[in-house]
This record gives sequence, C-alpha cells and structure tokens, in this order.
Amino acid sequence: MARKFLVLGEVRDGSLRNVSFEAIGAAKLAADGGEIVGVLVGDSVQDLGNELIQYGADRVVAVENDQLKQYTSDGFAQALLAVIEQEKPEGIFFGHTALGKDLAPKLAGKLESGLISDVTSIEEEGGNIVFTRPIYSGKAFEKKIVTGGVIFATIRPNNIEPLAKDESRSGDVAALSVDIKDLRTIIKDVVRKASEGVDLSEAKVIIAGGRGVKSEDGFEPLKELAQVLGGAVGASRGACDADYCDYSLQIGQTGKVVTPDLYIACGISGAIQHLAGMSNSKVIVAINKDPEANIFNVADYGIVGDLFEVIPLLTEEFKKLKVNA
Amino acid sequence: MNIYVLLKRTFDTEEKITLSNGKINEDGAEFIINPYDEYAVEEAIQVRDAQGGEVTVISVGTEEAEKQLRTALAMGADKAVLINIEDDIENGDQFTTAKIIGEYLKDKEADLIIAGNVAIDGGSGQVGPRVAEILGIPYITTITKLDIADGNVSVIRDVEGDSETIEASLPLLVTAQQGLNDPRYPSLPGIMKAKKKPLEELELDDLDLEEDDVEAKTKTIEIYLPAKKEAGKVLSGEIGDQVNELVQLLRSEAKVI
Ligand SMILES: Cc1cc2nc3c(=O)[nH]c(=O)nc-3n(C[C@H](O)[C@H](O)[C@H](O)COP(=O)(O)OP(=O)(O)OC[C@H]3O[C@@H](n4cnc5c(N)ncnc54)[C@H](O)[C@@H]3O)c2cc1C
Ligand SMILES: Cc1cc2nc3c(=O)[nH]c(=O)nc-3n(C[C@H](O)[C@H](O)[C@H](O)COP(=O)(O)OP(=O)(O)OC[C@H]3O[C@@H](n4cnc5c(N)ncnc54)[C@H](O)[C@@H]3O)c2cc1C
Repeated sequence: MARKFLVLGEVRDGSLRNVSFEAIGAAKLAADGGEIVGVLVGDSVQDLGNELIQYGADRVVAVENDQLKQYTSDGFAQALLAVIEQEKPEGIFFGHTALGKDLAPKLAGKLESGLISDVTSIEEEGGNIVFTRPIYSGKAFEKKIVTGGVIFATIRPNNIEPLAKDESRSGDVAALSVDIKDLRTIIKDVVRKASEGVDLSEAKVIIAGGRGVKSEDGFEPLKELAQVLGGAVGASRGACDADYCDYSLQIGQTGKVVTPDLYIACGISGAIQHLAGMSNSKVIVAINKDPEANIFNVADYGIVGDLFEVIPLLTEEFKKLKVNA
Repeated sequence: MNIYVLLKRTFDTEEKITLSNGKINEDGAEFIINPYDEYAVEEAIQVRDAQGGEVTVISVGTEEAEKQLRTALAMGADKAVLINIEDDIENGDQFTTAKIIGEYLKDKEADLIIAGNVAIDGGSGQVGPRVAEILGIPYITTITKLDIADGNVSVIRDVEGDSETIEASLPLLVTAQQGLNDPRYPSLPGIMKAKKKPLEELELDDLDLEEDDVEAKTKTIEIYLPAKKEAGKVLSGEIGDQVNELVQLLRSEAKVI
C-alpha cells in the first residue's frame, strides 16, 4: 500500500546530517512506492533541498523563518505542524538525534499518535510497517507497529542504509511560510565541546577508553588513533567518573548506545552496563592487560597487553596503510 | 514551590535479560529507580530545600513500584503517588503512561516537573515531552544544571556533548541527564521517616479515565534477544606482530578498514 512519508532533513553547521539520508532510506522502505517529502526547517535552509532529493526524496517543503535559526521545540513544532497539516502524510521520520528525541514526542503527543523511538530496522509485513528497536539498552530487541494516529519514528544513526546519492535526480523545493510565535524557551548561549572531531552517535569508528587510560592525558594516544581512522573517541563510565573525560563521551546503559562498524575498547573491563551500549557494534576489538577481562567475551579480536604500548603501534600501522593507499 | 518528579521502576542495570513465553522474564530480577529518575529526585529535593515547597513523586505501574517510591521518600521527597494500572490496562505504551500522568497533574498547578531523560528499559525518552505537551507547558530535555530565581529558570542542556544555556519561566518540565547532580543515598533516619510519609494509591477510575482514553497507539508484536556472539580471536606473539596481524584481520577478514 503506497503511503506518503515526510522526513525531516536535520541541518547542523549548514549541512545535512547523514542520519537524515538514512531516514529517507527508512521512509522508502515504509512508503512502499508512495511519495517521500523532505522537510527543511531553519532560517536559511532551502538550498539544501536538492541534496534531500538526490538522496531519494521526491520533493521538499522548506519552512524558513528568522525565529527558526536555532532549534527550539516550540518553533520547530509550529513549523512541522504546518507542514503536516498541508501534506497530511501517513507518517513522519526523524533521526534519533538530540533534536529528533526532543521534538518527535511533542508532535506525536499533540497529534495523539504512536511514536517508535530509536529504530534500527524496518520491514513491511502483511500491510504493516514493522519497526525493530533495542530495549534494555540493546540487551533485547522488540518489533513494534503503530496502531493509532500518524506513524512517527526516530531512526538510529548508522543502522539503515541511505540510498546512493543520485545527482541526476531533481524535484520541486517549495517554500511554506509559517508564522512562528510565542517561543517559551530562549537559547542564550551555546558552548561547543563536541565540535572537535566526529559525532559519537554517527561515527563509523569509535576508540573508547576506560579507567585503564589512567588520566586525561592518557586519552591522547586514543585521540590520535581516532584521527587517523576518521573516528570518534568514547569512554566507559569508569573513565568519566574518574574525570579523565566528559560525561558526554560515556557509552553504555546510562550513556550513549552506539553501533559503529569498528569499536576499539582500550582499558575497559567490560561491565554489563558498558556492554549494553556497544555490544551491537559490527566489529569489536579489545585491548586490555588482563586476559580474564570480560570485554574479551564480546570482542571479535583481542590483544592482551598494555594499551600505551599497543595503541601507538596501531596508529603507526594505520598511518602506513594510509600512505600506501 | 510545587514540585513533581516522574519516577519509573526499572530492572537493575546488572540484570541479564532472558525471555519466557516471548516476554521479558522478571522472575527473581532486582528492580531499582530508573537511574535518571534518581537525578530527578535529588534535584527536586535540592530545589525544595533552596526555595521551599513540596516534592511529590509519581509512578505509574503496579503495586511493586511502592518500594521505589519509598526509596524516593527516604531520600527526602515529601509525598508519593502510585497510579496502579495493574487491573485496568493490559497493553500500555508511552502515550498511555503520559496520558495518565497528564490527567493526574492537570489540576495540580505544578510549578516544576522533573523526569528522567530516558528509562533504561523502554528507552524511548518520550514520556517527559509528552506530559509537557498534554499540560501545555514548555519543556527542556537532557539538562545538566538548573537554576531558579524569582520564577525565572536558567538551565544548561546537554546537546550531544555541546552545552546550551536556556532561559525559561515556570511552570516548566525538565528531564535529567547524567551530571546534573550526585544522588544521595537514603539515610537510616530518612528510611524510618519514609515509612510514615503519605503514599497515595490511585486507579484509573479515580482519574476519571476510561480504558479507551488511554489505549496504546503502538503495539509490540515480538520481543527477541540478540544473536549470541561467537567467541573472538585473542591474538598472541610479539606485541608488534599482534598489531600487524590485527590490522590485516580488520582489512581482509572483518573488512571494516
Ligand atoms: C546504574 C549503573 C549504571 C552504569 N552505567 C554505565 C554506563 O552507561 N557505561 C559504563 O561504561 N559503565 C556504567 N556503569 C559502571 C560499570 O558498572 C563499571 O563500573 C564501569 O563500566 C567500569 O569502567 P572501566 O571498565 O573503565 O573500569 P574498570 O572496571 O576499572 O576496568 C579497567 C580495565 O582497564 C584495564 N587496564 C588497566 N591498565 C591498563 C593498561 N595499561 N593497558 C590495558 N588495559 C589496562 C584493567 O585490566 C581493567 O580491565 C554503571 C553502573 C551502574 C551501577
Ligand atoms: C499497563 C502497562 C502495560 C504495558 N505494556 C507494554 C507492552 O506491552 N509493551 C511495551 O513495550 N511496553 C509496555 N509498557 C511500558 C510502557 O510502554 C513504557 O515502558 C512506559 O510508557 C515508559 O516508556 P519508556 O520506558 O520508553 O520511558 P521513557 O519515555 O524513556 O521515560 C522517560 C521518563 O519518563 C518518566 N516515566 C516513564 N515511565 C514512567 C512511569 N511508568 N511512571 C512515572 N514516570 C515514568 C520517567 O521520569 C522516565 O525517566 C506497559 C506499561 C503499562 C503501564
């Protein structure tokens, strides 16, 4: 059954986030031949419309307004409600990002609709769109369907393939003018801490450090390796609690849940709460000096040794590869 | 100030998850206050101690959630409310839970509502924003700092590692992120006092809700456990050789580099 879906194209620092292309890929699976309408919201975003189309949207609706320069749930909700009102879609998808997590429940609440959060795969089964999502931080999974209202979903980064970019595709990018008013929360200041390097939730490679890293400086070799591999640095709670790094890097049941292609755990023992956040990564490497460490039970490859010896050697090897490539 | 905390009872993070009859097996499992809700309770107590007022902790669930509510009272909350849905609802979702909480709170004139940013079991992070939407009040999620003066609120919000400073006014709902505070342990006198603090138990009837009003908008059709990982390869030999071998394996066998 062909269904019309909206996908929010999330903009950060002037570009579209990769997860938005993945959300279009997800919408394609759900739409069953129906139309995919990209949605852009911001103060100057209309130019990005073409890229959404190249990744599979059929056309794009852009809401531009000075009040939408920064994300607020009130402002973005007004913009999206106007688009939903105009388009009357069967469903709407977001990335499972800070923005998607903050905004989607408000809209689903307003429209008394079902929202499936943190979706890792989608299939069509007997006329239903079946969503798979982790529960208990990845210790189990559930399959869900939406039974009431508009079909809302947030798509976890790095799990659903985007369509290949097709530069020959074209489509309509239309402006929709919306009156944005009564913003009840005002952003006074933004301190960028995460701006150095790749975002943890979207990273394809993560180098994570634990208490074994021993100090803030101990993270330096990990950062270097991450840089060579184009990846991000993460941490165990042990490392965060010891103040070696910021809590925003924490991976696990009370931190971020990540699924990169490659996860290198350095000086992390492998507590169950940590495993919950990373054990669904595609390939796991453990570097730990204790051969009995639990992390080796989930690792595809392990090196028993001192991380301060192993990591610089690894970095050198990968550098050589890069030069030769 | 009239402060409410939304508290969910969840599996202890130490628990392994098993299934029985296609459902999560709860037999013998330990339960705790959802860790993010502990930050919420702690923050509520601190705000009350600074500003005066009262902290009421609400949980939607079964009788068993009484234990976690008593723990919150022992930490220092003043009152607890258990909305027991055991006999009325078979299948609930985040819409259900938010609707029930919203209905309870709609005439309570809450100044500040603090929830956790996410429950570590269901993991959707929906209930806070949904409750705010039902009540028609603003919300700010994943906060790491909260300051209140003369009804004006300034918070720091964690946005994927960046920090936003946001201003708002009361009434407001916020959701707690790790780093907001260090939750206290209940003291022995606290535990004694908690036994005498009011814990009200309500059912849907008491809230003027029919089962139809809270009917879930989603349905779970299957629960399964992830495939067990095969034991991996622990390398051996000289460290330098191990590193070489690892790089080769990542390239040619795992194909991730
Ligand atoms: C409610 C709750 C929630 C939690 N949530 C999380 C969470 O989200 N994420 C999380 O990570 N944890 C979480 N934890 C904590 C978890 O239980 C562990 O305490 C924590 O993961 C341990 O961190 P670690 O592995 O870095 O430290 P440790 O367990 O101390 O391990 C350090 C490891 O480093 C190794 N090592 C030391 N020196 C070297 C060296 N030079 N070279 C190589 N290896 C070395 C040691 O052999 C050891 O295995 C939670 C706990 C609770 C109670
Ligand atoms: C009768 C009943 C039957 C259910 N049946 C199912 C089922 O079949 N399948 C299924 O998947 N789930 C079921 N649930 C669970 C329900 O879908 C969710 O667990 C619940 O709505 C919370 O969602 P969440 O875990 O995603 O929490 P989140 O939205 O992640 O929680 C965020 C925050 O909201 C607050 N909060 C969340 N839940 C509660 C609560 N219960 N009381 C007070 N505050 C809360 C807390 O502050 C929490 O930190 C059922 C729930 C009920 C009540």
